[in-house]
Amino acid sequence: MKIGVCIKQVVTREWQLRVNDQKTWIRDADASFELNEPDAYALEEALRLKEKHSGEVVVCCAGPARVAQVIREALARGADRAIHVEAESLATADASTVADALAGAIRDEKFDLVLTGLQSDDQGFGQVGVVLAEKLGIPHATIIMEVQQAPSSGSGQALRVKRELEGGWFQWVTLPLPALLTIQSGINQLRYATLKGIMAAKKKEIRKAAPAGAAAPTQQILSMYLPEKAKKTQIIGGSAADAARQLVAKLRDEARVVQ
Amino acid sequence: MSALVIAEQREGKLNRATWEAIAGAQQASGAIRIVMPGAGVDAVAGEVAAAACDEVIAIDDAALEHYTADGYVMALAALIEREKPALVFLPHTYQTRDFAPALAARLSRALITDVTAVKKDGERIVYVRPMFQGKLNADVAAAGPPPHIVTFQIGAFRGDAATRGAAAAPVRKSGITIDASAIRQKPEAPFKEAKQAVDLSQAERIVAVGRGIKGQENLKIAEELSQAMGAEVAASRPICDAGWLPMDRQIGSSGQTVAPKLYVALGISGAIQHLVGMKGSRTIVAINKDADAPIFEVADYGIVGDLFEVVPAMIAELKKG
Repeated sequence: MKIGVCIKQVVTREWQLRVNDQKTWIRDADASFELNEPDAYALEEALRLKEKHSGEVVVCCAGPARVAQVIREALARGADRAIHVEAESLATADASTVADALAGAIRDEKFDLVLTGLQSDDQGFGQVGVVLAEKLGIPHATIIMEVQQAPSSGSGQALRVKRELEGGWFQWVTLPLPALLTIQSGINQLRYATLKGIMAAKKKEIRKAAPAGAAAPTQQILSMYLPEKAKKTQIIGGSAADAARQLVAKLRDEARVVQ
Repeated sequence: MSALVIAEQREGKLNRATWEAIAGAQQASGAIRIVMPGAGVDAVAGEVAAAACDEVIAIDDAALEHYTADGYVMALAALIEREKPALVFLPHTYQTRDFAPALAARLSRALITDVTAVKKDGERIVYVRPMFQGKLNADVAAAGPPPHIVTFQIGAFRGDAATRGAAAAPVRKSGITIDASAIRQKPEAPFKEAKQAVDLSQAERIVAVGRGIKGQENLKIAEELSQAMGAEVAASRPICDAGWLPMDRQIGSSGQTVAPKLYVALGISGAIQHLVGMKGSRTIVAINKDADAPIFEVADYGIVGDLFEVVPAMIAELKKG
């Protein structure tokens, strides 16, 4: 099975976010970055499918030069080669622009299966995977918690996948290959790169591609800001012991929710 | 501006988030029409016809009996091209997330997801949506020709705030038919995993842990606090993904929704997927070392600090009785 995995590089969870002077993006010049967590699960699922059914795992990333970091990490974890669609503007691009860039670069690869995480930890559109499927003309299913090979029906290969619905419900869906799946976090246990993997990654191919023409943006960020509080929060200060004492007193006497 | 609201139902049962989308759409746009896709949807179409709206359009086709992305995209693309609305609104449910991006791509139109509020800027509509896991908000505008497609975050609008009409709105059949053979996804019946051992929705008090708990071995500190308070232990998704607590202890959009008297969030940053499952709690306490964590936005009491220092002190204080 030839599998493409689309990954994104995002600022680390611990990074203290600050809005830039134009209020259109964060100040990320000296930020630390990491692999978007849902995409890490997509990569892991691809590696497991390859181990089971053999084939190739190709990691695809649309972003500025800095995303080479997560591409190398994915190669170190076991992906066979990579495609990097490189443009500075992709760092803040909308979902349709990113999907266009990816579609242009991977269409000729004719993957049997394309995996993405279900959404990114930065803009969180939750769109790129599904839009990419539409642009590639292949069927999709989202928020996937398990992937099985469906019994062959004579009309080519198919997958049977477990979709997560809301509130603890699930559903199995069968769809023909080629197909695209967006993967839910927690579908598997992640592996980390070994020293051997890191060394091997240095020899693996990273093909660079340019976005095929400027797609018209569909969303414009007018301003970014800290959310207003929905509630009036009493922040209790002081030492840990003081704060704990005050909090317990308030829960007893003010909110009356503990004894 | 004319707007369509795409309703969501399963087996004739309306998803309550539909009323929230109706409320949001009424606020964003004067006139709305409601679209009800499915098979045999007369009753549920009649249900939403109680909303103040121009009409309800039922896309009633056997091929839509069970939800598929392909079926919904075909049906709604055909309807939108025919009705030419300026705006299309949907609730940001898992089902919407499965088909709305493909619908937008097929129509080559903007899709703005997970919107929590709408503002007017002259003629232009400005949408507020969370970014960076809810740590920041962004005002965004849709670009390109209409219709613009917009999904509303669950809980962003109150369903009971939707304006009802003086009389039921007329219900019309769309006349759109679906080629069932073109649907590539073959769905099976939805199911629940093995019975849930704990029903957290009945708990009066909940102590929930998130990434800040750092390791499975540290869960005992949360267990001790819950014992001292008479609370159940729960968790955000990453803790259950890691297998530190069973999935039936998970609070949030993919887990249980709770509204206890007291909800204590330990080391939970408060991603929206978690907040939707607990923000109805009467009293919310957040203990987190990051002062900017979104959990503080919904908290009544907050301590910015190290939970490994604060929680033992709380346990000692509670034991003093």
